[in-house]
Amino acid sequence: MMSFQESLGKYTITCEVGPLKGCDTAEVIEVAQILSGKVNAANVTDQQSSVLRLGPLATSHLLQENGLEAVLQMTNRDRNRIAIQSDLLSAAALGINNVLSLTGDYQSLGDHPHARGVFDLDSVQFLATVKTLNEGKDLSGLDLHGVPNFCAGAVVNPGADTEAAYELQIIKMEKKAELGAKFFQTQAVYDFAVFEKFMKRISHINVPVLVGIIPLKNAGMAKYMNKFVSGVFVPEHYIERMAKAEKKEQEGIKIAAELIKGLKDMCQGVHVMAIGWEKVVPEILAESGLV
Amino acid sequence: MLLSEFKQMEEILEYLKNDNRVFLLGCKGCAEASGTGGIADVEGMKVKLEAEGKEVTGFTTVDFLCQKALVKSRLAPLTSQVMEADSVLVASCGIGVQASANSINKYCRPLCNTISLGDQRGKWVSFERCRECGDCVLDYTGGICPITKCSKSLLNGACGGGSKGKCEVTSEMDCGWELIYDRLKGLNQLDKLKVYIPPKDYAKFHVPDKLINSTLYDIEFTEEGGV
Repeated sequence: MMSFQESLGKYTITCEVGPLKGCDTAEVIEVAQILSGKVNAANVTDQQSSVLRLGPLATSHLLQENGLEAVLQMTNRDRNRIAIQSDLLSAAALGINNVLSLTGDYQSLGDHPHARGVFDLDSVQFLATVKTLNEGKDLSGLDLHGVPNFCAGAVVNPGADTEAAYELQIIKMEKKAELGAKFFQTQAVYDFAVFEKFMKRISHINVPVLVGIIPLKNAGMAKYMNKFVSGVFVPEHYIERMAKAEKKEQEGIKIAAELIKGLKDMCQGVHVMAIGWEKVVPEILAESGLV
Repeated sequence: MLLSEFKQMEEILEYLKNDNRVFLLGCKGCAEASGTGGIADVEGMKVKLEAEGKEVTGFTTVDFLCQKALVKSRLAPLTSQVMEADSVLVASCGIGVQASANSINKYCRPLCNTISLGDQRGKWVSFERCRECGDCVLDYTGGICPITKCSKSLLNGACGGGSKGKCEVTSEMDCGWELIYDRLKGLNQLDKLKVYIPPKDYAKFHVPDKLINSTLYDIEFTEEGGV
């Protein structure tokens, strides 16, 4: 299996690992062993949906210790620029060299709604910060003792639902690319036409795009995402298939594999977000013919 | 009471690199008391801009720029001077700039940074808000403030969490960045969004030492002037 950075521009396979609440690491290690050799890297989420969990820095380290390369996700919700730079340097010291910049969901959406949000930086300024560190300086222009070499990426949502939201995504993507984003991972895609149109619109941005895939577990999950998850739209025909299927999980795996196959030639990789169902990722990849 | 101070001429001239003709608008409320929005202050700015080769098509002051009805009635007789200009430069707090941008069909640019409430709460009847960040970005955003209109105070565009034009925090709130996009599109200024805005200098949020224990500013009467 190629390293994540070697794979960029060819065809990159990533998936997502969500740490649990608490400090039991048995499941993380088990998932690392299952996914090792099947994907180029696994993203480790950072307090996803503003819900408190084990931190992504420690989890990324555990994955790498167990043979699975990590992409450290970092949001700007919980850290100011000092903490962000410090965590980035800590990551580099542990040999974690892939990072993903995210704004972060608003704190009121999670399980600590009374927390104070930080948002000292935004996701574009985060990339500028990584670039500055890679050049051997901190944000105040002071020299670093030991210089990191991060491969930073960012996210984009091809399914933004208004003209303003869509165009703002693209303008922000352009800024991110200019500030050194080496890859983009997308929000979950379920519609070939929507994604094809998006890839044409951003053909001037010469950075690999890894299309996001969320395997469905049942029809209710699809309906829930359509209602509550920004930019995700599961077409009715998939919802019907999930509703009618006797073995729902198998049907979800089948649909995910079909999506991966159908989207493969439009982009430069796939990012499978299984949301607690990481164990089926090898089966999805096998079904799609990727491994 | 919102205390404001003029931005550096260098920054103002950068905003005006493509504009030769400008209309100046001052505010006789808090801004006049701060030494930025009174008629004498506006005239002083006119002299400075003319020295830099800019043509001032007209100038005036409004009693309270945060009152949009006053802005519109004061400017109605001056419409031709406003429309001849490439942009309107507003000497006031961030609310005055936003209220002007909302009332005038012309790009409105901030001349000032709003630095503090000076520990006094004023009262204005409008939806514009200013967090006195001391480093006004309204020139980049079409006169809509991303610090107060975006839940996360993002400076380089929307977070992507919104849905149908509404904020992810509550569907009762518009996505501030979508408002900014629509405003800039209407003014044919979408290129503004391509500018990278670096991290904010939060040190400017602090009330300046000299103000903490100072006496209150008076809003003094000044003779009506301008055009």
